[in-house]
Amino acid sequence: MESTKLRDAAWVVLAGIVLMFVAPLVLNYYTLTLLVIYGLLALSLGLIWGFGGILCFGQAVFYGLGAYAYAVSAANIGESTMPMLIAIAVPFVFAFLLGAMMFYGRLTDVYLGVITLVVTLIFFRFMNTTAGPEYQIGTARLGGYNGMPGYQTLNVPGDPSAYIYDSSLYYVCFVILLVVYVLVRLLLASPFGRIAVAIRENESRVELMGYDARFRKSVLFAIGGGIAGLAGALYASWAEIVTPGLFSLGQSAEIIIWCIVGGLGTLVGPVLGAAALGYLKFALGQQTAVDNVLIMGLILVVVVLVLPRGVVPSLMSAFGSSSRRNRPNAVRRGRRGRGRADG
Amino acid sequence: MRFGAGGGAGGAPMADVVLETRGLTMRFGGVTAVDNVSFKLRRNELRCLIGPNGAGKTTFFRCLTGILKPTSGEVFIDDVETTGWDPQFVARLGIGIKTQVPSVMDGLSVRENIWLSAYRQAGTKEADRTTADVIERLGLGDIARATVGRLAHGERQRVELGIVIAARPWLVLLDEPAAGMTGEEVERMVAIIHEINRDAALIIVEHDMQFIRSIAAQITVFSQGAILMEGTVDAVMSDARVRDVYLGKRG
Repeated sequence: MESTKLRDAAWVVLAGIVLMFVAPLVLNYYTLTLLVIYGLLALSLGLIWGFGGILCFGQAVFYGLGAYAYAVSAANIGESTMPMLIAIAVPFVFAFLLGAMMFYGRLTDVYLGVITLVVTLIFFRFMNTTAGPEYQIGTARLGGYNGMPGYQTLNVPGDPSAYIYDSSLYYVCFVILLVVYVLVRLLLASPFGRIAVAIRENESRVELMGYDARFRKSVLFAIGGGIAGLAGALYASWAEIVTPGLFSLGQSAEIIIWCIVGGLGTLVGPVLGAAALGYLKFALGQQTAVDNVLIMGLILVVVVLVLPRGVVPSLMSAFGSSSRRNRPNAVRRGRRGRGRADG
Repeated sequence: MRFGAGGGAGGAPMADVVLETRGLTMRFGGVTAVDNVSFKLRRNELRCLIGPNGAGKTTFFRCLTGILKPTSGEVFIDDVETTGWDPQFVARLGIGIKTQVPSVMDGLSVRENIWLSAYRQAGTKEADRTTADVIERLGLGDIARATVGRLAHGERQRVELGIVIAARPWLVLLDEPAAGMTGEEVERMVAIIHEINRDAALIIVEHDMQFIRSIAAQITVFSQGAILMEGTVDAVMSDARVRDVYLGKRG
């Protein structure tokens, strides 16, 4: 069963590589890069929410932390390799501590959502107040609501003058997305991932088996934070400025909507959801006839009503049941039953 | 308090006793669900806890497993005090626990449910072997690939039992393993319990006297949070007080 999923993952990667080369024929590199970064960000929540059952309302915190960690360390170091690692490590550690606090405190569902939401607000408010000269880390001024520009963007490791931008930044981001996808797939196929899914299904049973669910959830949450931080660092390199807006509620809500529309319990779903809705937002931003937020809301409502499991899982089961219609009943029952853990 | 068989209070050597409670009490607000219970279980013993609804069997059971933290009193498992431990640490002592409502991972396959349990203390390879073995022993082969959420109640009970024995416990705590099962399933359950009892001691909370008769266990009768008596099936059945509080009500 696990090997089937990994074989599916190989097809996904293959399709991803084709898409990577086809997409630039339709859209410019600048926009595409952002869509890929959104995809990576959605993947991080898709992992912890869809497979770990942890609804985090503050995924933007880790995204923003990654972006700021990158910007601050890149401004100080002047080369991008170390800052990239720092941008993964800082949100990873922060997510682990925040997660441990919540999970060891036995917070679940709504309370977890509230805490993560509040943490987002705290960061948003705090970053807006850092305009003064006293908020300086090394040579980097945080810059408050004006944001923080002028740091070293992504370069070829070891050569600060060889910037990676435009088309090459796009390909780097896309390859990173594919690599992270494969790593997450391997993680989910490993005992750690299988136990994480079991915790989503029935936490008390997993504890009765003798596993430490709280620690495992904290680690999974931290991994999600690290991936979001990586997305933030790539964003920082793409935008060449980081602003407190990264921590905004709107950003957090968008990540959740991407996952719902794309389909929870899959990895491809959130990524495609992010890219599609991200593009739609971009396209709608170029016209003034209809309000952008209205259409986003409408899409969310329609998807929740018509395809409650999300677009990708619905497509998969529609495709899956038609192509297996002739198989014996028992086999179909077993396959379709995998349900949420597919894809 | 009277003890029907074996351990008079403090009479037996400790090493032989694998589970003991001393003055265990659990209060919920003004209600005392378990009242000063002292209980002993010997190695490889098979013990049933019976009693009318609300007698405190399940609360007592939950205090043993760590799902509830007792108000006062102590729990010793294999001479280790485990009072107030979380279930995960109790389970790690080698104790298999089955709760009243089947607690299984509904979205996963039968095989995956059992494998995850076997994996905790074995490697991947050994877990694969154990899983195959458990599936065969419990006759789950036909439904091994099915999603547990789609199975019938009796099958889910059996899957949970599979989860319990896949961890190779030396002490097994079962809360109403035969509840809601058909006659044939109960028969199979009895056979499984005897098989488990070859390597492990068991405590079974159960209502069904027929079931208890067929596993021929030592019985501890609970009434109003306290132990009313302990003894063999026949001794318990012929006791007037037991008939009053429990059996009489069944007509």
